[in-house]
Amino acid sequence: MRDIRLLDRMFIPGTLIGPFTQANPGLGGVCTFVGEVRADQGVEALELSHYEPLTLPGMHELADRAFARFDLMGLLMVHRVALMQPGEPIVCVSAAALHRRDAIDAVDFCMDHLKSAAWFWKREKRADGWHWIEPCAADHADLARWG
Amino acid sequence: MIRLVFLGKLADVAGGDTLELPAACDWAGLLAALPAALAEAVTASSTKVAVNGALVADKSGIVARHGDEVAFLPPVSGG
Repeated sequence: MRDIRLLDRMFIPGTLIGPFTQANPGLGGVCTFVGEVRADQGVEALELSHYEPLTLPGMHELADRAFARFDLMGLLMVHRVALMQPGEPIVCVSAAALHRRDAIDAVDFCMDHLKSAAWFWKREKRADGWHWIEPCAADHADLARWG
Repeated sequence: MIRLVFLGKLADVAGGDTLELPAACDWAGLLAALPAALAEAVTASSTKVAVNGALVADKSGIVARHGDEVAFLPPVSGG
């Protein structure tokens, strides 16, 4: 079961994860990561922009690579765009597999690529205005782990 | 008409998400049509280019024709 989505409004991860898990009968394990807008450093809002011709196709390519690399039964990959408030979910990746390592590693793999190798541009609004965010050294090191 | 699309911080440099050029042009012609700061920003090695939704390997080799959309993609950040 494969479910790849771009959403431009608030979503509740639990409403997606339950049905996703149900759609993969016989699974041995399911691993889910949910990323939310942090409220630290005086962040008032976060905006994600994307480029229609590349962003969703790129997420599908990433899903293809995850299926090729790990022994998966299902993959849910949902990413927000547009304006978000602190506390709102930005991303939800859930993987179902017969064995835990495939599920856990597939989520880790997808998240590292979504952070710094997918077609999104992120900016934060603080008291002094908007600031574009670029991946940090740790994000690049995380991505490099996958070769 | 050629539609130029600026993503991320490049939209700030361009003063908007899109610009239009009236006539076909190659890379040099495109740069010449942009304000200097924007031409410099799109020339940066970290800026990728897509023509009609397809990434190009060598942006300096592009030729933009009538009806084309040329997108300028700075370093990404998601999640």
